[in-house]
Formats: sequence, C-alpha cells, structure tokens
Amino acid sequence: MSNTKYIIGSFADPDEMMDGIDRLQANNIGIYDCFTPMPIHGIEAKLGVRPSRLPIAAFCFGITGTMLGFSLLYYTMTYDWPMNIGGKPALPLPNFVPVTFEVTILLCALGMVATFFFRNHLFPGRAPRVMDLRASDDRFIIAVDARENTDHEKIANLLKEAGAVEVKYNERKYVSYE
Amino acid sequence: MSSHNESILREPLITGKDITYAKVTDDILLPVENKPNKAWWIGFTLAALGALLWVVSVSYTFWTGIGAWGLNKTVGWAWDITDFVWWVGIGHAGTLISAVLLIFRQNWRNSINRSAEAMTIFAVICAATYVVAHMGRPWLAYWIFPLPNQFGSLWVNFNSPLVWDAFAISTYFTVSLVFWYCGLLPDIASVRDRAAGLKRRIYSIMSFGWNGSVKTWQRFEIVSLILAGISTPLVLSVHTIVSMDFATSVIPGWHTTIFPPYFVAGAIFSGFAMVQTLLLVMRKVLNFENYITMFHIESMNKIILVTGSIVGIAYLTELFIAWYSGSEYEMYAFANRIAGPYWWAYWTMMTCNVISPQLFWFKKIRTSIPISWVLSIVVNIGMWFERFVIIVTSLHRDYLPSSWAMFYPSWVDVGIFVGSIGVFFTLFLLFLRFLPSIAIAEVKLLLKSASLQQKTKLVKEGHLNPEQVEFFRNSLTKYDSVTEEDIKELEIK
Repeated sequence: MSNTKYIIGSFADPDEMMDGIDRLQANNIGIYDCFTPMPIHGIEAKLGVRPSRLPIAAFCFGITGTMLGFSLLYYTMTYDWPMNIGGKPALPLPNFVPVTFEVTILLCALGMVATFFFRNHLFPGRAPRVMDLRASDDRFIIAVDARENTDHEKIANLLKEAGAVEVKYNERKYVSYE
Repeated sequence: MSSHNESILREPLITGKDITYAKVTDDILLPVENKPNKAWWIGFTLAALGALLWVVSVSYTFWTGIGAWGLNKTVGWAWDITDFVWWVGIGHAGTLISAVLLIFRQNWRNSINRSAEAMTIFAVICAATYVVAHMGRPWLAYWIFPLPNQFGSLWVNFNSPLVWDAFAISTYFTVSLVFWYCGLLPDIASVRDRAAGLKRRIYSIMSFGWNGSVKTWQRFEIVSLILAGISTPLVLSVHTIVSMDFATSVIPGWHTTIFPPYFVAGAIFSGFAMVQTLLLVMRKVLNFENYITMFHIESMNKIILVTGSIVGIAYLTELFIAWYSGSEYEMYAFANRIAGPYWWAYWTMMTCNVISPQLFWFKKIRTSIPISWVLSIVVNIGMWFERFVIIVTSLHRDYLPSSWAMFYPSWVDVGIFVGSIGVFFTLFLLFLRFLPSIAIAEVKLLLKSASLQQKTKLVKEGHLNPEQVEFFRNSLTKYDSVTEEDIKELEIK
C-alpha cells in the first residue's frame, strides 16, 4: 500500500459522510476534500472552509457597471453631442436610470460568474479532476491524503464504521484522466 | 442539512418508491443517454418544418422588405411587435421560477427550473428575431448600440425606450443564459462521468471540468443566490421597459401609467401557462411523473390564477381610468376596442385571460391534467390577443379619420409567427434530447426531506400528530403518481 496516494471513502448517504468527517476529525486525521453530487449544507463549517467572498466581487463589479453605464450616457448625451430632443434637457437623469441599471446587472452577473470560473479553474475543455467517477451520481466521497496520514488501516476502519460502502486506495490522484 | 425533517403538512415534491440518488440520475438522464423515441421524432419533425417556414418567411421579408407584411401607413406596428411582446412575456416565467422562487425558498422550483429557464432562453431568442426582422435592414441592427461611428459620432438617443429595450433584452438574455448554464454544470458532469468515448469528450468540454468539491459547491450556491437576486429586479425591469415602448408615447390606449405592473403580471401569467403546456407533455412523455408532481401543477395553476386576476383588474382599471380621465380620445380608444371593428379580438382576450383562469378556483379543475393543459393554451391565445388589441386597435384609428385603416396580416406575417413557434419547439426538443431537463443535483437535495418515501418513513416511525398525518394523507389523493396503496401505508395503526 505504499503507492497509495489518496484513500477514498465512498458513502451512499450524505449524513453518513458527515459522520465520517466527524470521526476522522476526532482522530486528528486531516481531510483533503469531499466530492458530492449535490451541495451539502453545513459541510463548510465542519471542514473549516471559509465563507466565499464572491458577494464582494459581485458588488464591486456591479458598482463598476453603474459607473460605466452612467459614464457612457453622460459622455454621449451630455458631453460629446448634446442634442435638443423634444426640448428635453441634455442631462435627463430619469431617462438614464434604465440603461444604467441594465449595465449594472450585466456587469455584476458576468463579472461574478467569471470570478467564480477563474477561482475554481472552470473553463471549457478543462480536464475534470475527479477522484471518484460516482461522485457526480450517487456517492458522497471523502478523500484523505494517504501520504500525510500514514495509518491507513485506521482511516479505513473509521470510514467503514461511519457507514462507508466502499474504501478505495487510489494510486493516482485523479481517476478521470485517460 | 439534508436530513432535516420537513413538516408532515407539506406535500411531497418527489413521489414513488425506492427512489435513490442513483435512480434520480438514471430517470432524469434517460432521454439523454438513450436514443429518442418515436414521439420525440414526430415532434421534432413537425417543429423543424415550422422552423423551415420561419426561415422562408424571414428570408422573404429580408429580400422584399417590410412591405411583405400587412402593415400600412396608419398601422405601423402590428403582428411583428405583438409576437415580440408575446415571446418576451413567455420568457419571464422561467426567470420567475428560477430566481424569485429561489429567493423565497420555494423548493418545488427545483424540478421545474431547468426546463423553464431553457424555455426563457428560447423564447427570448424568438423575441429577438422579431426585433431584428422589424428593422428591415438586419445587417444594420448594430446601429441600436452606441458604437463610435463615421456619422459625426452620432450617438443613439438614450431618451428612447426602444434603446432601453435593446439594453434590457440583451442583458436579460445574457444573464439568463449564464444562470442556466451555471446550473447545468454539475448535471453535465453527471452525464460526463457516466458516458464513454466521444460523448464523454463532448460533455467533458461542456462541463468546464466540474468536480463537485466542497469549495466548488459553496461558490456555486453563492453564485446561484446572487444571480437570483439580480435577476429578480432584472426581469421586472425588462417587461417594464417593454411596456414603456408603448406607455411613453402619446397614443390614446398606450399612454397609461398602469402599463408596467400590468405588463409584468401578464408576462408571468403567459409564461406560467407556457411552462404548463410544455411540462404536462414532458412529464408524460419522459416519465417524470414522480418529479413533476401534481403539487407542482397545482402550484403553477395557482400562480396563473393570481396573475390572471391581476391582469383582469388591470383591464378594468384601464376602462375606468379611460372614463374617469374625461379625455375624449382615451374614451374613444377603449370604446373602439370593445365595440369597434376589432371587437372580436377584445372579447377573445377578455374571455381567455379574465374568465378562463377563474376556473382554477375549483380544485377539481386545478388538479386535472387535461383541463390544465387546455386552459394553459387558452391563456396563451388570450395573451397573444391582448398584445394584438393593445397594439393594433390603438393605432388603426388615429387622430385623423381620413387615415383610419384596418390591419390584415399577409402570409408572411402568419408564416413568421407560426414559424417562430417551430423554432421554439425545435430548440426545446433538442434541449430535452441533449441536456438534463431536470436539475439533478437540486432534486437530490430534496430526496431526504421532501420525498414521499421519507415522509412515509416518518409516519411509520410514529411520533407525528395523527391529525397532521391525516391531513397529509388527504392531500395525497390528488396526486396521479401516488397509488391508493401508498396512501393506505400511511394509516396509523
């Protein structure tokens, strides 16, 4: 088992997986990551994953959009070529609201999603880094780094006690590469 | 927590026995992983023929110009803009389901949001084609955007709602597409991990390398929530701006402040009707009865009832204000709608939009699949006529009686409309064939809280209030996917 890189605990039930995390942590065994077919609420707190800062990014992009949108309107309608359109003022603020709003939303959405993709390395054609192919179907996976945690038998026992249906010793980190 | 016990009073969102996580994936991916059946091919052939008609009609329009339509000097906007507003309105239900219901934590959205969002995107595509077609010279369509140009740097007029509309529709389309695709990533990954060969490669590219790690899911949920938060005002703004295309003009019948809320309610009304039309067929053909249950159908019918009533009140308010304003022109516009040459259009609209949804007050009708389906189509016919009435009857008799005219559609008008329905269904059927039409991950989320098998288990454990269990049992009788045996199992011994 010396070639084992990761120990994979495969659970059929999310609550049993959570139990598995508790058991491992109680024994001071660090968890590399979990892979699940659906979002598990409360798992971040358990694993000490910090809250996402994406809302901040979204807000910044939104504000940028507001400023860009308004600047565009101000530049074109008021500064560059003011025109008399039905006697309306050159700076018709109420008429600027809709476009400014739309640009805000557009930039907020695109900027936030781009940040999400960038931070998680999601882009078309990226080779999927999957540790167990059933993690996107019906298995809830706990991955433990086998080099840092050497007592492999104990880890396997703890996972099985928690209800793991299968414990795998992966010699390759990602099984998805061909 | 996934194991959180939901109140027994809440009706189940997933029915059926022995539903496991694996079965959810299997059931939903069935149409994606297998060859399409006969029903799909028949539908697709019909839709593709419709799309062909659209190509012919639109090409003919571009070749000969807008004169190919039935427009004249007095009625400059008619079928084309009617169809545009109709399609944009239909699109709104998808965003409402995916965004507004997410913010309000309505879990029943989880199994219908995917297809409703797809419907939004395809409906907006159809709507956008009308705008481009109406420009007459589509190769100059980019003139609507404020690009630096060679005409003395002449900018677009940002005072015009038509320019706002270009911004609103393009933003709406982009944000809806991004929202939809982000939600699709985990489900495309499910397809990818089960597929082999070329299929695996294609879905792998489409999945963006999704792996479902803790951090990915955490960010995914934040992104969904914020996108929902910004889509909600966005969807309201879009139809508000569409209504301003009319309301900011000085045409009697258009120049009213009630238009924005009235258009938004109408949009949701027609959109939900379209979702109903599609889903009732989809759940039957693709065997999704356990995921799109009677509770979903009834809830959507209730929304149709509410928004239909808002639309009805708006019609009556319009009439009252026309009289109360004391404006001769305003009063004439409405008298002309009711009893003028287009009276039949007005009364079709009134019957379909105001009277027919009121039938949903009856539980028997609300929970009947065939009647719901027929009424959903009736509503969409009514909503098409609403736009036709607003646009054509307000224009055809303008201030000068010498220029009064009638509008008669040409075959090109009809061809583009029927064809756009073909385009819509072609896209929708391709979607059903190649992408998971129910959000797999989100349905899995409900499996351990809101499914019938979980609730049956809770009842059998027997710590629940018998009265509440009785209530729950009674609520199950309307489900077509729950057998009498299932209900019997819930009896407390």
